[in-house]
Amino acid sequence: MSERTLRGKVAIAGVGETTYYRHGQSPDAEFKLALQAVLAACNDAGIDPRDVDGFASYGGDRSEAVRLAAALGIKELRFSNMFWGGGGGGVCGAVANAAAAVHSGMADCVIAFRSLAQGQFARYGRGAAVAAAAGDDAFLAPYGLMSPAQRFAMKITRFMTDNGIRHEALRAIAMTSYHHAQANPNAVMRGRPLSAEKYDASRWIIEPFHRLFDCCQENDGAGAVLVVPADRAKDLPHKPVYLLGAAQGGHHRSAAPVHNAPDYASAHFKTVARNMWEMAKLGPKDCNVVQAYENFTGGVLLSLVEHGFVDPRTANEELVLDRLLAPGGAMPMNTSGGNLAECYMHGLEMVNEAVRQLRGTAINQVPGANVVAVLGGPMVTPVSSLVVGTEATL
Amino acid sequence: MSTTVLPATVLPAGLPAPAIEPLARPYWEGTRAGRLVIQKCRGCGRHQWGPEWICHRCHSFDLDWAEVAPRGRIWSWQRPHHPVHSALTGHTPYTIVLVELPHADNVRMVGNLICPPDAKVEIGAAVEAVFEPHDAADPPYTLVQWRLAG
Repeated sequence: MSERTLRGKVAIAGVGETTYYRHGQSPDAEFKLALQAVLAACNDAGIDPRDVDGFASYGGDRSEAVRLAAALGIKELRFSNMFWGGGGGGVCGAVANAAAAVHSGMADCVIAFRSLAQGQFARYGRGAAVAAAAGDDAFLAPYGLMSPAQRFAMKITRFMTDNGIRHEALRAIAMTSYHHAQANPNAVMRGRPLSAEKYDASRWIIEPFHRLFDCCQENDGAGAVLVVPADRAKDLPHKPVYLLGAAQGGHHRSAAPVHNAPDYASAHFKTVARNMWEMAKLGPKDCNVVQAYENFTGGVLLSLVEHGFVDPRTANEELVLDRLLAPGGAMPMNTSGGNLAECYMHGLEMVNEAVRQLRGTAINQVPGANVVAVLGGPMVTPVSSLVVGTEATL
Repeated sequence: MSTTVLPATVLPAGLPAPAIEPLARPYWEGTRAGRLVIQKCRGCGRHQWGPEWICHRCHSFDLDWAEVAPRGRIWSWQRPHHPVHSALTGHTPYTIVLVELPHADNVRMVGNLICPPDAKVEIGAAVEAVFEPHDAADPPYTLVQWRLAG
């Protein structure tokens, strides 16, 4: 029996994104943004959009596959897929689902995408205006625990306290994204650099580890990638970017109600990271660049630890600005500005940046990058990650 | 057991009330009576929280409710400054704790810690439950809050 793997079986042949906007600033509706990103990815790949035969998304994306297919005059829809869970937990899972559909023969040419217009729809950072909170929220909302930051903050408090990790480690994560965004014309935070002083003076969102700049923005825009069989990618305009490994899910009872996950102080990547590296036949030391989803900087810390990029015992020394910057840092991270400073496109912008790094066309290019890991939204559950590489890694 | 009742609420009025759903009704009936009552499996005798339809350990559907000692220790904490709800504007910061109950198979509960807004919070500190009635609500309900154990 042949090995069951996605390693080297499919490639990302096209990437697309809209202009990124501060929340509420998009002149276009969310669905129109989705269409723009899909067309851009097809154009990048040199593929007629009518030949796309599948769509995969996550985070409850409102731009439904059938509606996209109808609007674009898709000839035949063979795959439509939504990854359960909130936020960007599913960003790499959506790409992996597209990949699985292509590799299994269910479809040939699948778009993985995310579209968001938080101006048009509700914002994330406020609790819903409801009279009574049901389900898990009945045991949380009456205590003033409602926002995503609050849902995760106690994981971070516990992990950082247990391991003696200082807030400065999180500051380096935030400053890295802002630094890289300054060269990126499509970064929402271009022209707004972040100094250590500005970070330290920013207001508390939540003590003890969430200042304003530890928290992601809310934005409008869309991003998309086009996944095709590896053989087909070779005939398309760009250097193929191969999927080497992907995994999703959660560890034992990661979604246990009312903050009762047994392994609570976690980003929920422990089993996912193991499975991803196993498929990729690679480890963190093989990666030239890492894109680590920032909903909150503390989540990046947990993601990096659980994927083996950072040792919690030496995190204070490892998470320093010099080590995280492209092109010369030991572990260049979030090289387009990430969720914090390029755009909070639920991590899809990070998949696009991974592809640009491997094509050699990134703005903050890491010379000779052959392997890039993308760590999806942490601390939600399920979570997902992937690792991509150039032909040299096959 | 302790039936300490709080004279005023920790957080201002106007936050969402808990929906009293059938699955969790014994818990809410317990808090009204000043008792901490959580799920306990008749199959394996272990506690679980929050309420579920099945015991996650032995898969029994025969779940009972048992009173547990209203004492625990702080497993983690946070102190929000940004008001996430209009009712909280002008009333931050406040302190949220995740409390582990060693007498009930280490289940954890979320509540507010009754303390000054700048009080130092220690992971592992012993806490005890305080019952906070919302008698004017329709239907009335009682929240479980926490304070450092004297």
